[in-house]
Amino acid sequence: MFVETPFVRKKHRRELLAKCVFGLMAGAMVVPLIMIVSYLVYQGAPLISWEFLTTNPVGGMRRGGIWSALLGTIWLVGVSLLIAAPIGVLAAVYLNEYAKDNWFNRVINLAVINLAGVPSIVHALFGLGAFVLFAGIGRSVLAASLTLAIMTLPVIIASTREALASVPRSFREACWNVGATRWQTIRSIVLPNSISGILTGVILQVSRAAGETAPIMFTGAVFFRNIEAGNLFAYSLKEQCMALSMHLYTVTTQVTGAPKPLPYAIAVVLLATVLLVNATAIVLRVYLRSRKKW
Amino acid sequence: MPAEIHTREARGPAAPLHPRSGAAGDDPRQKKKRAGRGAVSIAGEKVIEALIRLCGISAIIFVFSIFFFVFREAVPLFFEKPKAQTQEQAAAVERHADDHRPAHKVFSLKEFLFSKEWYPTSQSNVRFGVLALIVGTLSVTVLAMVIAVPFGLGAAVFVSEFCGGKVKETLKIVIELLAAIPSVVWGFIGLTVMNPIIQNLFNAPIGLNVLNGAILLALMSVPIMVSIGEDSLKAVPDSFREAGIALGATRWQLVYRVLIPAAKNGLLAAVLLGVGRAVGETMAVLMATGHAVNIPDSIFDPVRTLTATIAAELGEASEGSQHYRVLFLIGVLLFSITAVVNLTADMAIRGIKRK
Repeated sequence: MFVETPFVRKKHRRELLAKCVFGLMAGAMVVPLIMIVSYLVYQGAPLISWEFLTTNPVGGMRRGGIWSALLGTIWLVGVSLLIAAPIGVLAAVYLNEYAKDNWFNRVINLAVINLAGVPSIVHALFGLGAFVLFAGIGRSVLAASLTLAIMTLPVIIASTREALASVPRSFREACWNVGATRWQTIRSIVLPNSISGILTGVILQVSRAAGETAPIMFTGAVFFRNIEAGNLFAYSLKEQCMALSMHLYTVTTQVTGAPKPLPYAIAVVLLATVLLVNATAIVLRVYLRSRKKW
Repeated sequence: MPAEIHTREARGPAAPLHPRSGAAGDDPRQKKKRAGRGAVSIAGEKVIEALIRLCGISAIIFVFSIFFFVFREAVPLFFEKPKAQTQEQAAAVERHADDHRPAHKVFSLKEFLFSKEWYPTSQSNVRFGVLALIVGTLSVTVLAMVIAVPFGLGAAVFVSEFCGGKVKETLKIVIELLAAIPSVVWGFIGLTVMNPIIQNLFNAPIGLNVLNGAILLALMSVPIMVSIGEDSLKAVPDSFREAGIALGATRWQLVYRVLIPAAKNGLLAAVLLGVGRAVGETMAVLMATGHAVNIPDSIFDPVRTLTATIAAELGEASEGSQHYRVLFLIGVLLFSITAVVNLTADMAIRGIKRK
């Protein structure tokens, strides 16, 4: 028999209170996200059009579109992806498939954690000191992309490792038992079975790289550059470029007399790019989880 | 449960293999390779494995080279005889030749760390004291943590213990999207949205101040706290929960009597990673904290942080000048702070794993 004593009632009141308080704390994260996105869209929407995306900024960046910045971001992200993806995936393969639990590999783990925690502005200093000055690449798309690649490497390593670790050990053992070598096992069993997880990591890298400002400020992004509108190859590795994130910073803090919706519109395009890329990763992960049978 | 093999060759209802019976058994590619392995393919494999090992240690290489190259630009400060960079400075040196304050004096580490005078481009008396900047970073970070820790850990407890199914999934997606918002967008929000709100709400003379930056940093560091905090709560064995429930504890009693004490290392790590994120954040604080080198008296005073100083001044400092090198030294300082914070967080996490 369950008797409702005052003690029990108090206990349940507290339980309800705790649930409400924690729920509100969690809800406090949903509210700003929705408010921020809807406010930015509301303010910036009047300016956003196909023409806005595909024309260059004109009139001291007060009029026109954002084409050169958009293309610059695409270039930076693309090149940094080409550099970071192979290194990141192979590093994760090493950590998950080859590394034994000894001091050396603990040091590698610490290095990965540390790399993820280095402030973005320190990455900028590193890019400037190592790539721009020491390697003599100069301020360029290549130097900025290299900086971004190193900065986003931990993202790829972490999610690839998770994907590789989720492949059951029995799969590998089976493959070894039929005489396959370590690398054959990895190539034909482990990687195909974790490809969606690896893709998720790569997608998250893209989103991270697209949003960063500080690391590219001194390594390759410029305030303004006029390029041919509509030409996807208007930039080259050796030249400097504009970038969306940098453009938002410039228009908000350095340009006076810009029309009010302009920075909002740039922010919306940047935010939409990043959130869409992230949403793709989330959808991919949900799909992957629903298909996974082991 | 029959394990279905997930490779392209052996999928479908016809191939329910026992996991032990060999995943690769039906893979035609494997058979072919076993039949004849030439010297080329063996050598190729050696090359690939060497490449994998190289990539494996790349993280170490990168961390060391980050420290090395940032330090390398800063280190001449301690050895170089200072030269006057501009004619005005040279003139100022002559003007001040009699009194004992040369315009371009020898760099001193003590002054760097303990002086609050930051006048890097002064014509007559250049001073590089970052105390005010350190206090700026500290004040914004501490206030951000005061806001973020209850919310972050509370949300972590809610996500891990008080909700399930759809709500949990939705909250996790929201947290992930919140973490994805670029810092320059946060800075923009601080500049255009929060600035007038803070001015009107608190009657503050300027809305770009410690409070503004701290709210942004709190929102930026909450996601990492929630995900690490949730992980560490999840790592508490279910038998702990079962024992508590069997004794008649409610969820809340379970949380604060059993789960929080059991997961306290992981929760500490979550907070530390949030701190690391907040200390290293650049663009948001650059745009939202008011950009005044100042030791704040209240949360409505504008400040400037270490990161924002580098971002704002590196573009103007001429390469190789004392100012430029001091900015790199600030970078070394930041690198060291975040390294200590992150390694401590890792030690805390490792502590729970070993248990």
